[in-house]
Amino acid sequence: MPGKTIGNALLLVLTLCIACMWAFPIYWAIVTSIKPEQEVVSKTTFIPDVFNFSAYYFALFNTNLATWYMNSIVTSVTVTIVVIVISVMCAYALSQIVFPGRKLLYGIILASFMVPSQALVVSQFVLMHRLGLINTWGGIILPQLIVPVVVIVYKQFFDSVPKELREAAKLDGCGEFQILFKLYLPLNWGITTALAIITYIMAWNAFLWPFLVTSSEDMMTVTVGITQISDAFGVKYARDMAVAILAAMPVAVAYLLFQKRVTQALMLSSGIKG
Amino acid sequence: MIAPFLTAYLVVFAYPVYKMFALSFTDAPLIGVGQWVGFGNYVKLFGQKLFYTSVWNTGYFVLLTVIPNTLIGLGLALMVVRLKGWLQSLILVLFFIPYILPVSVVTQIWQWVLDQQFGIAQYIIEFFTGKRISVFRDPVWAMPMVALVTVWWTNGFNLLLFIAGLRNIPQDYYEAAMLDGATRLQCFRRITWPLIWPVTALVLTLQLILQLKIFDQVYLMTEGGPFNSTYVLLQLVYREAFRLNHGGVGSAVAVMLFLIIVVVSVLQYQLLRVRGR
Repeated sequence: MPGKTIGNALLLVLTLCIACMWAFPIYWAIVTSIKPEQEVVSKTTFIPDVFNFSAYYFALFNTNLATWYMNSIVTSVTVTIVVIVISVMCAYALSQIVFPGRKLLYGIILASFMVPSQALVVSQFVLMHRLGLINTWGGIILPQLIVPVVVIVYKQFFDSVPKELREAAKLDGCGEFQILFKLYLPLNWGITTALAIITYIMAWNAFLWPFLVTSSEDMMTVTVGITQISDAFGVKYARDMAVAILAAMPVAVAYLLFQKRVTQALMLSSGIKG
Repeated sequence: MIAPFLTAYLVVFAYPVYKMFALSFTDAPLIGVGQWVGFGNYVKLFGQKLFYTSVWNTGYFVLLTVIPNTLIGLGLALMVVRLKGWLQSLILVLFFIPYILPVSVVTQIWQWVLDQQFGIAQYIIEFFTGKRISVFRDPVWAMPMVALVTVWWTNGFNLLLFIAGLRNIPQDYYEAAMLDGATRLQCFRRITWPLIWPVTALVLTLQLILQLKIFDQVYLMTEGGPFNSTYVLLQLVYREAFRLNHGGVGSAVAVMLFLIIVVVSVLQYQLLRVRGR
């Protein structure tokens, strides 16, 4: 049917147009960042006349961006590793080991979905202050370590591993830690990478908590730090866009490399098995 | 084996939850101890105009984002799911990429796009209104624009859930319907919509709870202004606790937000269960 083909083609063009419009602000930010500052404000060019990387040069060498990068990398990598390790252990225990209060504990973890972490910032701040962790990496990291959904996803996967596997390993004299790290974790390696990447992206992107817990520019993470760049002589958009792009780079690259894993993790954590 | 998680849970989660309630009944400053004041902070809150403004604005923001975000997600998913192969992957990336950006990057990009003097979106605004508007300094425009940016930023996630839902619908249903001469609209109403409803409900639920917690975007784009037209609940927490040094009052606002979210979640759960029967 030719009518149907034309309809489909039109739909395709329409979808493409909307997608390009949707992504346009990002394109516009990239284009702006490689223009000289005066071209940014003098005319609207969709492709710059000359490619100019001075905004990137400025962002990298005349701001604290390097320090912020360092803080972001240390905190988000630590958060990712610790979240995965403590959650996987907890989930394994909840799923495989019988101990008193197991059901209750699982119920409590499920219920903590209801508590918005944003509502806890005041008391968490007071606590971090008492522990002397304001303006430290520890202060940024600690409150981000509790991610109930990671525990729950792992528990569901461990529940579906056949019981015989565990019994066989036990007969061979394996301890619980060995069973978990040598048997169960490798079995669920795909889920682990998925959850790790998404945890890393979330930790890198965290704003409210790092913003509250850091006041000195030396301790800020990238996402907080870039909001501090301002200029006494007015806004400089090429520079701001270069900074923004550099700040987004580590998550953008992680996403583009691991697209499938990212989407898989999001579906798992929202309750749709992917 | 549960010890590390449990320790972390008790220290940085359970204890702060308890502390949030405890603090809300005292006149404590941010750092330090305070006197027990019973429901004093709450009484104070209910007598404060800014509290009602924040509740109203949070509600307004939820209204502006939740349903549009869900509908746009479904609409886009219906378009994207029909495509095939690399083209579908490419378009999906274009729609999804804003979602993984940090909030401060998103707000910087949009502040530039919407800049009153040089922003490229001003061509569109000028076309419709006849003049350039400094959207984040205009009490009428500020909140809708924050909502627009939020929808742009978060829609990729909804799109993803809808696409997963649509892919789960067996193709034979459509083939059978087509054989019976059903139109596209009939297919959508009789097959797609009922089968996609659970995902729709899920997206609505997630959105509602997420958007009640709005803070970052407003803070970065408008700081609650102009004339408090974008002041939201979490901003009130921030102001009371971290700006005015009223840890007690700040906690009281946090408790209110917590209660609102619990009530909304429970109500929605009940509602969905009724619809599901």
